[in-house]
Amino acid sequence: MITDGIDLLVVFALAVFVGFEVISKVPSILHTPLMSGSNAIHGVILVGSMTIAAEAHGAMQMSLAFVAVFLATLNIVGGVVVTDRMLEMFKGRQQAKPGASPDSAKNDAEGGAKP
Amino acid sequence: MIGSVYIHADGMTAIYLLAAICFVLALKALSSPRNARYGNLVGVAGMVVAVALTFLAQGQDPGHDWVIAAGMVLGAAVAIPAARMVPMTGIPQMVAIFNGVGGAAAAVISLTEYLSRLPNIPGQKGVEILFALVVGCLSFSGSMLAFAKLQELMTGAPVLYPGQQVVNGILGLAVVGFGVTIVASPHLVVIILLTVVALALGSGVVLPVGGADTPVLISLLNSFTGLAVAADGFVLDNVILVVAGTLVGASGALLTKLMSDAMGRSLPNIILGGFGAAPTGGPDAGGPAEGRTVRSGDATDIGTLLTYSRKVLIVPGYGLAVAQAQHVAVELANALRARGVEVAYAIHPVAGRMPGHMNVLLAEANAPYEDLEEMDQANDEFPITDVALVVGANDVVNPAARDNPGSAIYGMPILNVDYAKNVVFLKRSLRPGFSGVDNALFFDPKTILLFGDAKDSLTRLLAAVKAS
Repeated sequence: MITDGIDLLVVFALAVFVGFEVISKVPSILHTPLMSGSNAIHGVILVGSMTIAAEAHGAMQMSLAFVAVFLATLNIVGGVVVTDRMLEMFKGRQQAKPGASPDSAKNDAEGGAKP
Repeated sequence: MIGSVYIHADGMTAIYLLAAICFVLALKALSSPRNARYGNLVGVAGMVVAVALTFLAQGQDPGHDWVIAAGMVLGAAVAIPAARMVPMTGIPQMVAIFNGVGGAAAAVISLTEYLSRLPNIPGQKGVEILFALVVGCLSFSGSMLAFAKLQELMTGAPVLYPGQQVVNGILGLAVVGFGVTIVASPHLVVIILLTVVALALGSGVVLPVGGADTPVLISLLNSFTGLAVAADGFVLDNVILVVAGTLVGASGALLTKLMSDAMGRSLPNIILGGFGAAPTGGPDAGGPAEGRTVRSGDATDIGTLLTYSRKVLIVPGYGLAVAQAQHVAVELANALRARGVEVAYAIHPVAGRMPGHMNVLLAEANAPYEDLEEMDQANDEFPITDVALVVGANDVVNPAARDNPGSAIYGMPILNVDYAKNVVFLKRSLRPGFSGVDNALFFDPKTILLFGDAKDSLTRLLAAVKAS
């Protein structure tokens, strides 16, 4: 397993380049969903929270670990749901006709556009 | 609960690699409109893989199992309703909160790790722990303050006081000072002090950032949280934390730059500038305030004007979002189109409070994608447009950003609505926009104002168009 400090440094350096390259061209309409999506991804800190929870000794560390698990879960779940809600709005927009009735548009507020 | 499953260390790295690939693919897909939704799901898949593997492989005692499970259940129980129920206008704040708690988790992990390793912490480990702690704290308190600004729990305007940069500088030095002290000799009290000072620094840095710049700020803090997560990866020798945290840190930094470019602002300017602090009536007033009159019209006249136009561009802004007027706006566009008027929407990239805010709202109201024009395209068309119908937008159409070098928003790309033959503003009042900068266009002879809530005004216009 990669646990060496130097191995991690190599991984870190490569990940910096990948991070820059992977989103080099983003249309402005996707800035917000992308921010929210990457926000969910750093929720992977949950893995770290679980690790300290597994190794916790005593009530103090256990409480802190519980808080960390809770916060990290908020980060992941909240981030994913918010991103999904944003992207839901884009779903099926191509099918939407100029004459679409406003009533159906209203109902779509929660469920996304109808196919 | 499930007991421990033995997974060879190389096996774990291989599975983490799978999760890392998912995250890269997720970011890639999220940057193209076609695949964005799928990107989010791939991210979830990576997360499930990483979390399940960790849970199964680390083989904690059953008591610890329960703590983890309880934290996750409680977190999901809070996050799902919060994220589901918030109205679309509140989405930017939610991103800020969910980013902040991620930073907080990273900080808490560092703190716990520090406590468990006391009293002997090697220097390198100490630096890693402190980096994650400080950056996590900055991200947390900064995000919470950004939330408070966007939620209007406090003023959205920059909060400035004399000597602000000095105070922030002292806080920054204190962070470094405490940091050096406890790397040299680990100490419980000092790390608590460091945590407090780092939290104070996070809010101190965010205070002077104006409301209109908050989205860029949230993106920056998002990148910070990524870095804190990566640092915790070094602390815990966990490769997936390093990869995912760094991916977000790097892509978040780039995204922050893309966003501030879209607003024509530089990052140091946003952080230090106190944007919008210029007093209204100062260089932005565009002339003496007295003697300037506005032309306010009634819905029937404006409805007639719209109906007999050849081309109308609707410019939505935050006022449309607040009033939830996107459905009526689309209805009005459809009614005009039925009368043979050419109608499209001119979308400023940062209209509303988040980039892409307007696209999301109009897509929700089933506005055809082809009708949403980006800024450059719309600016080509304003000179041949009969009516620019500005619904609750202000800063993004303020000509001062183009013409007045003394203005606080000078240099921000705008929609040139003033090039259209007529400009109709639907506004609640003459109040300046989110940036606090006055708009001389209100007083232009070709401008007509219709005061009121955006939804009411649009409804009245719709009735007028149908009647004429």
